[in-house]
Amino acid sequence: MTTINAPMPSLSHRASRWFSRNLIRIYAALAFIYLFIPVAYTFVFSFNDAGKSNLVWQGFTLENWQNPCGAPQVCEAVVNSLQIGVISTVLATILGTMIAFALGRYKFKGRKSTNLLIFLPMATPEVVLGASLLAMFLNLRVNPGFWTIVISHVMFCISFVVVTVKARIASLDPRLEQAAMDLYANERETFRYVTLPLVMPGIAGAALLAFSLSFDDFIITNFNSGVVSTFPKFVYVSAARGIPAQANVIGSAMFFIALIIVIVGQVVSRKRKKI
Amino acid sequence: MANNKVSQDTGDLKLDRVSKHYGDFCAVDDLSLIVPDGSFFALLGPSGCGKTTTLRMIAGLEEPSAGTISIGDTDITTQKSYRRNVNTVFQNYALFPHLTIFENIAFGLRRRGVKDVKSEVESALNLVEMAHLAERKPNQLSGGQQQRIAVARAIVNRPEVLLLDEPLGALDLKLRRQMQIELKRIQTEVGITFIHVTHDQEEAMTMADTIAVMNQGKIEQMGSATDLYEAPKTAFVANFLGQCNLIKGKITSRAGDKATVTAKGLTFEVPLSRVATSNDSVFLGVRPEKLRLDDTGVNSIKNCVVTDRSFVGTSTQYLVRAPWDLELVVFEQNDEGLHDLRVGDTVSLEWDPEHTFALDGAGDINAGADLDDEE
Repeated sequence: MTTINAPMPSLSHRASRWFSRNLIRIYAALAFIYLFIPVAYTFVFSFNDAGKSNLVWQGFTLENWQNPCGAPQVCEAVVNSLQIGVISTVLATILGTMIAFALGRYKFKGRKSTNLLIFLPMATPEVVLGASLLAMFLNLRVNPGFWTIVISHVMFCISFVVVTVKARIASLDPRLEQAAMDLYANERETFRYVTLPLVMPGIAGAALLAFSLSFDDFIITNFNSGVVSTFPKFVYVSAARGIPAQANVIGSAMFFIALIIVIVGQVVSRKRKKI
Repeated sequence: MANNKVSQDTGDLKLDRVSKHYGDFCAVDDLSLIVPDGSFFALLGPSGCGKTTTLRMIAGLEEPSAGTISIGDTDITTQKSYRRNVNTVFQNYALFPHLTIFENIAFGLRRRGVKDVKSEVESALNLVEMAHLAERKPNQLSGGQQQRIAVARAIVNRPEVLLLDEPLGALDLKLRRQMQIELKRIQTEVGITFIHVTHDQEEAMTMADTIAVMNQGKIEQMGSATDLYEAPKTAFVANFLGQCNLIKGKITSRAGDKATVTAKGLTFEVPLSRVATSNDSVFLGVRPEKLRLDDTGVNSIKNCVVTDRSFVGTSTQYLVRAPWDLELVVFEQNDEGLHDLRVGDTVSLEWDPEHTFALDGAGDINAGADLDDEE
């Protein structure tokens, strides 16, 4: 400093200036910490040498990651969840996409009320849906199990698929389809080569949403699963006598798989834009 | 599935008494038209005149309420658009955003099962000078480039008729001029019938062999740019193409090959061949550049006053008030005969009978004026 007589700003003044300049960063950091503490906790405790109960840190081990199926029935539950997730996603996506096209493209009697009814399952409390589905299955003398879970999941996923895909269809320029017809594509070819590829990002997004909803669902599943176990149900049930560290391993693994998918997607789409 | 049957015979495009109604609204009203094979034809009119609807009916994107459309001897009125050998350049190009430029152009060829897609696409790309962009996606291209690709995508199919729906509307003025010349070159090169829909009279006059001026679902007049400009048949055409001075008058005699018209006590002569009506009540018309600031001619108005003057380089444009409630536009070339008048100067106007025309005086004298600047 070569200036001699400039008054030095006081320490508290400088601190408050630094604080106000960095307020947005501090806020963002706090928000992220809040969001990711549960994930970090889950991840860290997946390395806990837990034994029976995974509530207190007992020491570091890789054993849980080397043997994720070590706890009784955990992998059976995960496999069930994956199977139910995939089957429900496929069915809900196909049915929901068809409904979305019907609602987005055609004018028919009762279209407005259909639009409204589609929203209802999203607005209904899950407990109510779960209980009434169970009542229905029992009245029909269907034993709850794998397929009743699938039926329930397809039911509540459809609404989300319809809403997502319909938004994409609404943003589609009708002139593109006219251009395809003008260029010798008949109705089926127009759908296959122009409409479907353009709506596909919406359908893919809807499918991912449906899968995560299905994989995640506990309340409705708990009502309609009978003796079949899913991963959320397994975690809930074992909470009473201590959740095994393998649950943390599987939870963390799911998180990182999702993260990798997102990152790869970003990289690919950025590369595509650069070409 | 590439076995779509496409009609292959060539010939003139004929519209016979075609109408299109939307509820009570009549978009196209009993329109008949013949577009000769291989010509560059323009449908010109203000927005809402039915020109785009006409185009869409030819493309097969709309079905006429009445009438028939045919190419050569084939009736295509109800034929699906993908069976017609007609292609369209859409207003905002409608390129497929998920396909590369190459695949966009190849689209029609692949649907028809053409064997040598690659070389066809390449020659189309060369025709529009865009070969270096084959692997790009449409959203990576500028408006002018997309425009050329849209033309290439249509032309690669060698349609019998190419439809262009305001293809230059989204481009800036300089690029538009350039593309006008370009499109004209392409049309001459491929020899396909072009039907160009536009509201821009200058664009139509620059490019088309034949122009049909449309207004309220009907064709007002059809002919070459010169015909329409020099001898308009209605007040709408006179005002819509360029500027025009119209004077309300009455035919007092038709003798030999000329008619005499009186207006406000003055008499004017007009060749009978340039009288477009059997009515005696007429609008007498003359273009601004045909007026001279002199008083020796057969048709003249004396004691006029200059009310405005603007210098536009090649000419000076005067607004001149006649002794009655009428303003006339006069263009004077900036050469040695220049008068260099000031606002307030008294002048006489004169013009030759052969530059005069007489139109039916029943309609609106201002029809079609100030309609072409919709952007």
